[in-house]
Amino acid sequence: MLDLSFESPKPKVIAGAKHDWELVIGMEVHAQIATKAKLFSGASTQFGAEPNSNVAFVDAAMPGMLPVINEFCVEQAVRTGLGLKAQINLFSAFDRKNYFYPDLPQGYQISQLYHPIVGEGEVIVDMEPGIARLVRIERIHIEQDAGKSIHDMDPAMSFVDLNRTGVALMEIVSRPDIRGPEEAAAYVGKLRQILRYLGTCDGNMQNGNLRADVNVSVCRPGAYEKYQETQDFSHLGTRCEIKNMNSMRFIQAAIDVEARRQIAILESGGSVDQETRLYDPDKNETRSMRSKEEAHDYRYFPDPDLLPLEIEQEWVDGIAASLPELPDEKKARFVKDFGLSEYDASVLTAEVQNASYFEAVAGAAGDGKLAANWVINELFGRLKKDDRDITDSPVSPEQLAGIIKLIKAGDISGKIAKDVFEIVYTEGGDPAQIVEAKGLKQVTDTGAIEKAVDDVIAANPAQVEKAQQNPKLAGWFVGQVMKATGGKANPAAVNQIVMAKLGL
Amino acid sequence: MSIDTETARRVAKLARIKVEDDALPALAQEFNDILGFIEQLNEVDVEGIEPMTSVTPMRLKRRKDGVTDGNQQDKILANAPDAREGFFAVPKVVE
Repeated sequence: MLDLSFESPKPKVIAGAKHDWELVIGMEVHAQIATKAKLFSGASTQFGAEPNSNVAFVDAAMPGMLPVINEFCVEQAVRTGLGLKAQINLFSAFDRKNYFYPDLPQGYQISQLYHPIVGEGEVIVDMEPGIARLVRIERIHIEQDAGKSIHDMDPAMSFVDLNRTGVALMEIVSRPDIRGPEEAAAYVGKLRQILRYLGTCDGNMQNGNLRADVNVSVCRPGAYEKYQETQDFSHLGTRCEIKNMNSMRFIQAAIDVEARRQIAILESGGSVDQETRLYDPDKNETRSMRSKEEAHDYRYFPDPDLLPLEIEQEWVDGIAASLPELPDEKKARFVKDFGLSEYDASVLTAEVQNASYFEAVAGAAGDGKLAANWVINELFGRLKKDDRDITDSPVSPEQLAGIIKLIKAGDISGKIAKDVFEIVYTEGGDPAQIVEAKGLKQVTDTGAIEKAVDDVIAANPAQVEKAQQNPKLAGWFVGQVMKATGGKANPAAVNQIVMAKLGL
Repeated sequence: MSIDTETARRVAKLARIKVEDDALPALAQEFNDILGFIEQLNEVDVEGIEPMTSVTPMRLKRRKDGVTDGNQQDKILANAPDAREGFFAVPKVVE
């Protein structure tokens, strides 16, 4: 069994004017389901198309059009649920959430209020090695996205594009288990990582394919523990919901500023109104979305156009069997099998492509630790410098493994290896052949090294005297010998011979 | 459950149906009549009976994930009172 044990982090404490406060945060993450076509129509989900070109009559809510569910959306939601170790509901159903807005031509959003497809699950949110927050998932349901309104193209008009209307979303609802702004961002990050591993959402926050509503309340220290014991919400403060955030940085800033706003109200004897708020990053403040309050009465009712969604256990089992190894397991395995630090394992498993690359290198080179060092320090660093991605790395795992094998065989030093890496990166080629052709092979012939050491010692009598009094200075001789041999001498051998010749 | 004029006003507003003030009491009364009529259903004992979701035993129809529709901007916008540069143009709605 892999070791996945961890301790909970301390909750964030904000000092008010009068006393300390803690935060309680729950999140609703909207993740666009990765599919070709929309949830209930055959129109494309492609981002960035001509306005209103990815629209079927169903999406535009033309009279008489009926929704037909995209089976793959259901499969993706089930896969997500399984990835979050959640209960899968074989019976779920669709409801109408009624409200008026120009980018919602139906006048209602098809969602799943009463019978969501996925029930309770959990996410382990890593904060630092050995410390993580277990966040419970309350439910995941499938729903339609709305269109896009553009307000700045004309002074008097809003422009509406229905391309996104009807695209499938998963709404992933957490319990109020998140205890600070950093945890909230880390939760979204972890969720994003898992969804990307599963291939159920591309996690592109910039395009709005992953966005979060954040419920924030504050309480006095101790109150949250009472809530956890009893699951009685009356121990917690009144919450406000901050809508529609698509940046980790803004999520953190918004939570912080909203918590401080609530604390200021409570400490001056007021009370927090439960309401929907919007975060303004320019002013770094949240403000009430008053217009949402009236419309909050959504008058949900079961959608008469859609029969209940009934799925079979065998089908679910089939999806479960095809699940990839997920980040937590992969990380634990990297630590166990390759002897990596938890930190290195986290870096390598952040994206599944990185993890596969590393495993290919480690496998071919036969050394996990060395492979991790080279992938993280040299390759990632070099790719970052060129703003490139691992998927278009000019150095293949086989080439990098070739370099590592040369180091392990003692054919080249770490320093020469970096030069070889640069050559492979810019010009390509087989590392062993490059070393051979350019004569970079390390000198392990002790006779040759001894001669070089003798030469350096003979030429620097004053340094010899100093070094004999202060052995730390022997390093200078090693450096000189390395220089004289063009870096090709085996540093360990040089060191040994220098020490011997100096009588240290 | 009883619907008063205030509730009637609210329901009308949420449904974006314009109802003059003097028509609200009659509307509320109508609601109450309808609800009262439906309330009779409570007299039926449905203990242990599964709610019926369809009159015929049918499974929800499903579709494969393929792009089969779209690329008809002109048709989509054909009925729009105002459309510009491929967008529906509507009176400004902004927070």
